[in-house]
Amino acid sequence: MQHVSPIREPLVTGGKTYHDITEDVCRQVEAKPNIRWAAALAVALVGLAIFIYSTYRTLWYGIGEWGLNKTVGWAWDITNFVWWVGIGHAGTLISAILLLFRQKWRTSINRAAEAMTIFAVICAAMFPVLHMGRPWLAYWVLPLPNTFGSLWVNFNSPLLWDVFAISTYFSVSLVFWYIGLIPDFATIRDRATGPIARRAYAFLSFGWTGSAKAWSRYETVSLILAGLATPLVLSVHTIVSMDFATSVIPGWHTTIFPPYFVAGAIFSGFAMVLTLMIITRKVFKLEDYITLEHVESMNKVIILTGSIVGVAYITEFFIAWYSGVEYEQYAFINRATGPYWWAYWAMMTCNVITPQLFWFRTIRRSLTATFIITIFVNIGMWFERFVIIVTSLHRDFLPSSWAMFSPTIIDIGIYVGTIGLFFTLFLLFAKFFPVINMAEVKAILKSSSEVKHHPHGTMHGTDKDSHTNTHP
Amino acid sequence: MTKKFVLGIYDDEDVLLQAIENVRAAGTNIYEVFSPYPIHGIDDVLGIKRSRLPIVAFFCGLFGTSFALWMQIWMLGFDWPMIIGGKPHIALPAFIPVTFELTVLCAAFGMVITFFIVTKLKPSFKVNVFDKRSTDDKFVMAIEVKEGVTNMPALNDLLRSNGAIEVNEKEVIK
Repeated sequence: MQHVSPIREPLVTGGKTYHDITEDVCRQVEAKPNIRWAAALAVALVGLAIFIYSTYRTLWYGIGEWGLNKTVGWAWDITNFVWWVGIGHAGTLISAILLLFRQKWRTSINRAAEAMTIFAVICAAMFPVLHMGRPWLAYWVLPLPNTFGSLWVNFNSPLLWDVFAISTYFSVSLVFWYIGLIPDFATIRDRATGPIARRAYAFLSFGWTGSAKAWSRYETVSLILAGLATPLVLSVHTIVSMDFATSVIPGWHTTIFPPYFVAGAIFSGFAMVLTLMIITRKVFKLEDYITLEHVESMNKVIILTGSIVGVAYITEFFIAWYSGVEYEQYAFINRATGPYWWAYWAMMTCNVITPQLFWFRTIRRSLTATFIITIFVNIGMWFERFVIIVTSLHRDFLPSSWAMFSPTIIDIGIYVGTIGLFFTLFLLFAKFFPVINMAEVKAILKSSSEVKHHPHGTMHGTDKDSHTNTHP
Repeated sequence: MTKKFVLGIYDDEDVLLQAIENVRAAGTNIYEVFSPYPIHGIDDVLGIKRSRLPIVAFFCGLFGTSFALWMQIWMLGFDWPMIIGGKPHIALPAFIPVTFELTVLCAAFGMVITFFIVTKLKPSFKVNVFDKRSTDDKFVMAIEVKEGVTNMPALNDLLRSNGAIEVNEKEVIK
């Protein structure tokens, strides 16, 4: 029924059958934890412990534990917030936007990418909540009637838009991810041998049977959710950028921010997806599903978004000069040549120069090169946010209040800690959940597999039409 | 009360689609078809109508839009008006982001909750799967057996001649 040009590279290699897909994906869910996974989890749990300790210090002693000062009131916290939210965007892009564009290569990576989205948003949410200083009053950001009379929240503030954007993004992504997981949980349930596993996965699978009617609705729901998630993901980083752009700080007050932030988010997100997938495919032996074709496709997205980001950096500089506003001009000269020049040039090198290497096909298809470049991109995108936030703030309008920011051990601890939190969640996901969407990979198997699967010998996936004609 | 079903097991989606057409053409009513993944074109051959879930999503989204606009206009415009940044009390452009987010939130959740209800999906330890292989690699066509009406050998032949690799019987307590 589905026709794919024969010149397209196969998306599933190794001549897999439907049953092979089930076996390959369920294997690590059903097997005992392997030693490499346990070792990785141990390292991640150390990170989580650092996070818990740093959070405890922040809550107990207050924001004074951080390196913030009167001039630089936002630094690592908001840098990390934007960095994590940006990483999350690739998951939604893969699951929603590529679904709308009918890109079939998304099927084997969307599950893990969406999981990454959810965990990244959890990590991101930690920063604004901790930055409140009194996180137990976090519900004050909601429009609730309160004891001081009905003084409502300020709907004109981008920070409040962020509350709505991030929470909507998180919950809609979670639902989207879970809907996709239901049929796969049913597969694991029907294979489970132990009573605990059977009951647990039966509970998670919501009683899914795979009836044609349910699949029809499932596809409708997926398509509509993709249609909703696409503008949603664009709106989220747009609103994050408005946290800066609606202020009057030189270096922040620019109209280029929304598209520039969205491109940067996709750029960093794809880098993180690749970092994770290159490890996951190796550890769980999924090379036949996450092929070099997938890596290459993602690298093409990286080069596109990386170039958009590069153009945005140059445009910002040009407009700062062209505006004729001396504060704006100074903010940018200060970025490139001021005391934080190293952060600026680290950003330029990692984000603008390294991804250009992907113009070479051999580099696009080299796992080692891709892995190294994606690490560079992850670092570069962290520096981008640091540069935007700290260098714009540290020399404000009065030279007497100029200051430098240096992180404390607690700042570093919270950042490293969220990486621990992220990997703890991701490793638990990788062990107990199917990391590849089995149902969707099975759906493309006949049209996009390396060796066509012919159970009867007489039937050919591509011969459906002629078959229909000969047996009307 | 128990119901009896005949299950035709298939292992190829194209064979299954052709079989569905032929079985329906032979005047047999198909109770349900189970598959490990969504099959394109199965809706047409089974006569499944287009889902109305998008309409649900639209109206839930419309509710979200109206609720968000009403909430912001009422709170900042009437209940406790304040001048913020010299803007009017009802600063519509500034209300758009929250309106958009609540539209998406209501549309998505309204549709998904409706999907769960109409498809009878809920967390439960009980599972009624006709053939466990249908979530792995087999396609299962279930046909309800009516005592005294269904001609079993003929049905068996019909399924097998249309490519079923197995034909089983199953009793389900309803």
